[in-house]
Formats: sequence, C-alpha cells, structure tokens
Amino acid sequence: MSRRFGGEGLRAARHVLRAYPALLRVGFADMFAYRAELVVWLLTMNMPLVMMALWTAVAANGPVGRFGRREFVAYYLGMLLVRILTGSWLVWELTMEIRHGTLAPRLLRPIHPLWAHSAMQLAAVPLRAVLVSPLVLILYWAAGERLPLHEPERMAIAVAAIAGAWLLLFLIMAIIGTLAAFVESALSIFDVWLGAQAVLSGYLVPLELLPPWVSHAARYLPFRYILGFPVETLIGLESTTSALHELGVQCLFIAGSLVATLALWRAALRRFAAFGG
Amino acid sequence: MRSLRHYARLLVVQMRTSLTLAVQYRLDFFLEGALALFWLAITLIPLLVVFSRRESVAGWSFPEALVVVGWFSVLKAVLDGGVTPSLNFVVEGVRKGTLDFVLLKPADAQFLVSTARFEPWRILDFLGSIGVLVYAFHRLGRAPRVGDLMVGFALFAVAVILLYSLWILVVSVSFRVVKVDNLSYLFISIFDAGRWPIDVFKGALRLIFTVVFPLALMTTYPAQALLGKLTSAHALLAGTGGLAFAAIARFVWKRALRAYSSASS
Repeated sequence: MSRRFGGEGLRAARHVLRAYPALLRVGFADMFAYRAELVVWLLTMNMPLVMMALWTAVAANGPVGRFGRREFVAYYLGMLLVRILTGSWLVWELTMEIRHGTLAPRLLRPIHPLWAHSAMQLAAVPLRAVLVSPLVLILYWAAGERLPLHEPERMAIAVAAIAGAWLLLFLIMAIIGTLAAFVESALSIFDVWLGAQAVLSGYLVPLELLPPWVSHAARYLPFRYILGFPVETLIGLESTTSALHELGVQCLFIAGSLVATLALWRAALRRFAAFGG
Repeated sequence: MRSLRHYARLLVVQMRTSLTLAVQYRLDFFLEGALALFWLAITLIPLLVVFSRRESVAGWSFPEALVVVGWFSVLKAVLDGGVTPSLNFVVEGVRKGTLDFVLLKPADAQFLVSTARFEPWRILDFLGSIGVLVYAFHRLGRAPRVGDLMVGFALFAVAVILLYSLWILVVSVSFRVVKVDNLSYLFISIFDAGRWPIDVFKGALRLIFTVVFPLALMTTYPAQALLGKLTSAHALLAGTGGLAFAAIARFVWKRALRAYSSASS
C-alpha cells in the first residue's frame, strides 16, 4: 500500500487530486448526519470559558503581566476558536479501525487511508467555522485594535499558523492512532498527550504566566505550535518578525511529524497484514 | 422490594467480581499510580499559577482554594472508580443489546447496573486527593473542627448522590440517543469546573453551576463546611438539592427503562 503514497510520484498525486473533492463531499454529508454529535462536541470545549471567568476575576484588581481583563477574554476566545477549527477525531477513528479490523477494506481502496481521513476531518471545518462566527464578533469587541485585520501580512501569518496547527495535530493523532497496531493502550497514550498539551500549549494558562523555565521549555516542544502560537499571533501578542520565525519552527515540527507518520504507518501495515494473513 | 440484607450481599458479590478482574492486571497498579500523580499535578498547576500572582481570588486564600481542589479530586476519584465504569457498562449494553441479561435478573435494575463495575486502582487517586486535603489544612495551620468534619462527611454523601443522579440522567438519555460516549465526555468536562470555588464565577455560569449542574453543592459547599464557613441555610440547601436530584433521577430512569427497546429486537 505504501507505494501509493510516494513511489509513483506524479500519477499518485494526480489521482489524489481527482478523488479529493468527492471525498470532501462525502465528509460534509457525513457531518450533517451526525450534527447532534457536533453540538455536544462543541459543548465539551467549555474549559477556556471557565478559565476566562477565573482569570477575569483575578484581573479585576489590576492586570497580570501583559494580561488585563480584555486580553484574557481575547486570549481564551482565541483558544476556543483555534481549538474548534483545528480539532479532529482522527485518533479515535484510527484506533477503532485498527482494533476492529475495519482498516482492511480501506486499504483495498486506491487511495491512502490517511488522505481519506484528512478529507473527512477537513470537511467538518466549514460548518464549525459558521458555528463559531458569533465568537469572532465577541473577539472583535475584546481585541478589536489588536486583531490583524488591517495588516494583511500578519493576517496571512495567523491564518497559516492556524492551518499549520490543524496539520500538526492531524499528524500527531495519526502517529498515536497508528500505535494502536503495536500496543493496546494507544488511547491512554493520547490521554497523557492531552494532559501535557493542556499545560504546555497554553490551553489552561497563557504560557508567559507559567514559571520562566516551563515557558522556555515549551518553545522546544510541539504542544505550543498546536494552540498557543496561533492564538498569540491572532490576538496580536506576537510581533510580526517573531511570528514569522515561529512559523518556521512550526513547519519543522510538521515536517518531522510527517516523516514519523509515514515510517510508523509502513511498520504498522506490516503488522496489520499479519493479523489477517 | 427485597430486604436490605439481600442487596448488601449482592453489592459484596459485585465488588468481589470487579476486584477479581482488577488483580488480574497487577502491573496496572503501578501504571495507574503514576498516572494518578500526573493528573493531580495537572489539576494543581492552574491553581499554583493563579496564586503565585495573587494572595486571594474572589475571597479565597490559597490553602482554602486547595481544600476545594482536594475535595474535587476526591469526588473525581469516586466518579472514575465507582460511577463511570458501571455506566459505561450500561451504555455498551444498550448498544450491543446485552443489557437485556441484566434486566432479566431478579433484582432492581438500577441497583444492578450501578454496581456492575468498579475500578479498585482508583483508590490511589483517592489517597492522593486526601493528601492534598491534609496538606491544605497543614498550610492553614489547624485541623477542621469535629462538628465541621461531620457536616463535611454528610455533604460528601450528598455530593456522591448528586454525582450519581446526574450520571443516571445521562444514561437515561443513552436509551434514546445511543451514541452516548460523547455525552460522557461532556459530563466530565463540565464537572472539571468544580475545582474552582463558585465565587469565581459570575452571572449565568454561576447560576448554571449552582442549580442546573450543581457543582457548588458538590465541591464549594463541602469545602466551606470543612473550613467552618458554611451557613446552615446553605447546608440545608445542599441536602434538599441532593435529595431532589436523586428523586428526579430515579423517576427519569424508570420512564427511560419503560421506553427502552432492546437493540436486538
């Protein structure tokens, strides 16, 4: 199967391009079939709102570092926005498919399963964007002059950072999901990942409010490039030059994860074939 | 209705089954222990960060807020160890149709499903949380008064009843919308807000966390009781609230069960 990803090069790429629109349409229809699930999933993202309530209470008598009440509101709204736009369910789908063996029929199709999965997850983004649009209005109120609306350059970086965050999280979920072919507890590994991510990505507390050595360490770990970095860029806490620099770091993490994903996937397929054969 | 002794014996049998299942995986004991510490640390980090910046937040000092967190973790251990496993068992039963075997047994169905599974290793989380509580009172420089401790124990029972009732309501929903694993995620994510004293929240959130999803009754009030700060009006409110939720949950469960048609038929 792996030859379809790289080996035949151009033909494979044309093949994926032709199939992709149809896959997106399927994903879009699929999401409408499970809209209640989508709403419940959105409601589970209440942590940023709770943290927002907490920090605005703390900032009631004076700002904390660079953060006043409005900065906290903007930060956690941005968190919510990025989390909803970039979240995906890949790790649950992959572990289930591997454990139940439903990966097998997918492997028979003439397209790499990860391409198909990426289409399914991407198709969910437009409807989510519509659902979060009220948040954007509140964000505009809270951080109006800080948002990069009149600076096309910074706006482009923010959009690229969010897209990069989506891709990075997708690949990391692919890696952990593929581990299900080797160990039984892939989902527990992902749970631990989520715990570390909650702290080291700035999801719970803005990284610059953590002890300096933690926020310094976070710059060398992938977590921050999934949530903290796009949010900070979006609400104008990052200068354009440093944001551009960090965008480069994000790309490095994406490249590294891509290599790891493909290598692990090959190894997993060899094992998976042994299941059925 | 069978006698109480009969049900007590049933409970022991069910617990023994879970324990037998658990000791098969002894390695899990160490794994779960390490994870318990990890999660406790994750729970404490935002609190430490907030109180590194401020002496008090919404009228709560650091050790006082630590009592709320400790209490929250105790409840979470009870939830993860005693409530969630059983209810996952029901959800799976609804989906696969195996719930029918439980319903056929000659005992109260709600009792049977509520005691179906326990995760004994969660006792580690429980002990860790007690440790946090002890440390909080060490920081306060005093032990809770005996009377306050009694009220605290009573409110602990109320909190567990509340938790369990809310869960039963969620499971009752699972009879209608089969895909409930999302709902359980939602439940846990909302419960997570209970680590903060209710005074932190204002307006709509505060109302929701007091009346609709009574986190205040589960964590803030008991913590206030231990600290000797709970007014008797609030204690009474917590007690009646708990009983009301239990009654509603039992009623909804009965109705949901009547509407349940097996997956296989």
